[in-house]
This record gives sequence, C-alpha cells and structure tokens, in this order.
Amino acid sequence: MSATTQIPLVNYLVLGDTPHLQANECTSCGARYFDRRNACAGCFGTEFRTVDIATEGEVRSFTIVTFAAPGVPVPFVAAIVDCNGTSVRANLINVEPSPEHVKLGMKVKLATYSLGTDDNGVEAIGFGFEPA
Amino acid sequence: MADDIYILGIKMTKFGKHPDKDTVDLASEAAMAALADGGVTMKDMGILAAGCLMGQGSIGQQIQKQIGQTGIPVFNVSNACATGATALRTAIMAIKAGECDMGLAVGVEKLAGAGLLGGGGKPKSDKKEWTPGGRYGAVASTDGRIGTDAMPGTFAQVGMEYGHKYGGATFELFAKIAEKNHAHSTLNPLAAYTKRMTLEEIMNDVMIAYPNTRSMCSANCDGAAAAVVVSGSKLKTMSLEQQRRAIKVSASILTSDPWQEACQVLPDVNTLTKIAAKKAYEQAGVGPEDLDLVELHDCFATAELVHYDNLGLCEEGGAVDFFNSGATWRDGKTPVNVSGGLESKGHPIAATGIANIWEVCHHLRGEAGDRQIEGAKVGLAHVIGLGSACGIHILEKSALG
Repeated sequence: MSATTQIPLVNYLVLGDTPHLQANECTSCGARYFDRRNACAGCFGTEFRTVDIATEGEVRSFTIVTFAAPGVPVPFVAAIVDCNGTSVRANLINVEPSPEHVKLGMKVKLATYSLGTDDNGVEAIGFGFEPA
Repeated sequence: MADDIYILGIKMTKFGKHPDKDTVDLASEAAMAALADGGVTMKDMGILAAGCLMGQGSIGQQIQKQIGQTGIPVFNVSNACATGATALRTAIMAIKAGECDMGLAVGVEKLAGAGLLGGGGKPKSDKKEWTPGGRYGAVASTDGRIGTDAMPGTFAQVGMEYGHKYGGATFELFAKIAEKNHAHSTLNPLAAYTKRMTLEEIMNDVMIAYPNTRSMCSANCDGAAAAVVVSGSKLKTMSLEQQRRAIKVSASILTSDPWQEACQVLPDVNTLTKIAAKKAYEQAGVGPEDLDLVELHDCFATAELVHYDNLGLCEEGGAVDFFNSGATWRDGKTPVNVSGGLESKGHPIAATGIANIWEVCHHLRGEAGDRQIEGAKVGLAHVIGLGSACGIHILEKSALG
C-alpha cells in the first residue's frame, strides 16, 4: 500500500480536495441534521437529501474549556459557528485559546488536521474552524 | 373545572456533605419532615413520585420501605435537572386527574465530590483501528474535538450566545451574578456554602470553562427535598392551621424544547423556558411584575442571565441592564435566588426542583427568618434539565394567612 488511506472523525465530514461538512436536510421543511435520522424533529417528514454546508462562517458563541473529563486535552475552544444559516458545533483551532484572541462574531473557515494513524495505516482526519 | 392544588407540607435537608447518609436516608429525612410539616402521614398519601438522577431506579420503593409501605402507586421519574419538578408535577397531575386527593413528591441526590458532570463520552480507543460508531459514525470520542459535552462549557456558550445577540455580557458581569448569589447564601443556614465571596475572588478562582470560574458553577453536594400536595377540596376539611400554612400552586408547567434551528447543536434552554413562563403566567393569572421573589436555575452564572429574559423579568434583550440595575439582589425589585441559588446553596440534581419550591414557600409563609422577603405573596420557581425539560411553578400565599 502506497497512499495513506484516510477516514473522517465523523461521517458528516467529507474529505478530499475541498473538505467540507454535509447535513441531512429534510425535503419538506429544510431542517438540517448531522446525525443519521429516523424522521424530522421539526415536521416529522421522513425524506432527506444530502446538502453541503458552507465552509466559512461566523462565531456565534464560544467557551474556552480549561477543565474537562479525563483524557480530554485542555485548553480548547468550543464554539458554535453560523455557516450561512446552519449552526455547526466545532472547536476553533489554529488560534490562541484566550479571550484576547477569540471573539464573538469573528470570521472563521473550516480546517482539517490529523488525529493519527492506526495499525492498518489508516489516518483519521478531524476538523475545526480557524480564523479566516 | 379541576380543583385547586396546594402545597401542604414541604422540607429540604441541609445541602452539603452527608458522608454518613445514603440517598434513601436523605430522601426519607426530607419525606418524613414534609409529612410532619403538613400534619399528615404516609397513610394519607395516594401517590408517591420520586427521583434520583444518578441512582439505580426505584428510589420511590426504597423510600417506602423505610417510611411506610401502603401499596400506593409509585412513579420513579427521571428528567435531568428538572427531575424534582417532574416528581412534583406527577403528584399534582394525579390529584388533578381525581385519582387521589393527596400525594408526596421526593427528590434526592448524593453528589458531594462528584466533580465535572457530563462529557468524556464512552471510553474509546484512539489507537489500533479507527472504527466508526454511534449516530455520527465517530472514530474517536468527540468531546473536546467537536466542542464540549461537559456542562460548564455548554452553559458558558448559552450565556455567550446571549452576549453576542444583545451585547454587554462580559466576564465581569457574569462574575457579579455569582457574587450576588454567594452573598445571598450567607443568610441561608441550609446552603452548602455560606461564605460571601468578593468579585475579585470569584474572577480569580480556577477557570473551568470561560467565562465560568469554579465559584460561578453549581455546587455538587448531597441533599433531598420533599413536598406533600393536596387538593383544594380536601384542604377545606383540614385544620385552620393547615389551611393557613398551605401554599397555593397557581401554576404547574412542564415543557420540553420544540425544534428550532441549532437546538440539536447547542441545547436551546431559552425557547422551552419562554413557553413554560407564558403558560405559567396565564394559568396563574399573574405577571412577572407581580413576583415578590424568583428561584431560577442558575446552574452556572451564564445561565442565570438568560433566564431573566426567558422568564420575562426584564424586556427582551434587557437582561444585562436589568441585572446592573440591582433588581435581582434581595433588596431589589425582583429578588432572584435569595437562597444562594445552585451556585452557593448547591445543586443535588433531583432535589433542586423541590428545594427551590421550598424556598419560595418558606417566604410566602413568612418563615424564612433572617432572609425573609417581607410581605412576599407570590413567587416563581424554575428549573431546566438538559435534554431538555423545563419546570415552572408559581406559588401564592394562602388567603387565610
């Protein structure tokens, strides 16, 4: 095997030349979800289509976590990013985790990083948002 | 028309560390005290509803085995931090349905030294072989990689989101809210912590999840609370003293969160509280301006701010100015969390939704001692359980009082 195979941290992260997030969108009411669905929580519809989420957005809320469950490295910045009307939960990365550097309303864009390679040579890829 | 509902007896244990008592001991202590407070016994109860969120279930039957097995139906309830309010609501519904005329609701938790709640996720090997699992097909734990699962950071974002929308919500402002609640707790002998803290001490405390430092987080502790509820028609047959001390439940509301954009990304604690508040005010026929005191769910300082707005205590978007006006201090226009709140009185999860009602009843009965809000006639108690569930009760002093 020459090329390293990659696997996304979650299945709504699409890898490739232009990494992006995908959502399941309800075909009746447009509600968007990142998990697999049984039905729509908004209108109870059962038809969904896959839609791409904008890779740029604005920080609507954040916290800088300095105390977390065992095994979770700190500090990290957890945030809610408004990606052109779709709210996305993610870490803010490639930014110093301090209130002086992280601001509400700051413009950010999707970025990926490696979580490491497993025993089969598969590399896991995570995502976050970095200052745009 | 359904009969009115009254709190006949109610009690909370001291919140704090109870190393020599288990949850059954604490729940029994609260339940027996509530029964005695109401001048009734287990024989009078037609239903028992009980909750212990971190327990193994069937806490209700375990309580019965200590204080009285009479064969009545038991409902063991679980609704996150709204578990106590849910137990009370269950007993009230049974009476409203005409199934019985008296019921007992109990909430208990042992959390002293529990540390951080939420987060961590299922232990998952980050090595060997990446294997997708769960509803998101995650190959590794997402807590800390895709935001935070723990409560302090979750509620920090709730407060920061409000700040983004309306402005003015600084670290110092949130710390001042905690300063108020810690100051209030100095008058509450049942609070887990009764030490006044300066703004500086709060802001310089260990940072947990910006902007919440340790003293801006709810205090994990042990405790229980219990309430006896009775129908209005049954109360009329009881002694004048019982009627005088009985507190009218003018509204009893439980809601869950209706779907909103983003509600499955960051828990929406606002919409369901706004809906519950609107229903409660309608049911009680009172407005926020009529409230003499409010006990609201300050699981974190960042949460208290948004609930001023959600409960209609201030104009929409006006929570920062409302707090800065001094309105929510015990000598203000609308005293909030004069018990010390979850940040200082403590938050033994399933007990909280009854303990906050005990606090309000205590003032309405004129029995709150040093921290009595003089002439209190109407109060509101609010809890939020993530997931989410919101319980609101509006309570009124007896006309006989």
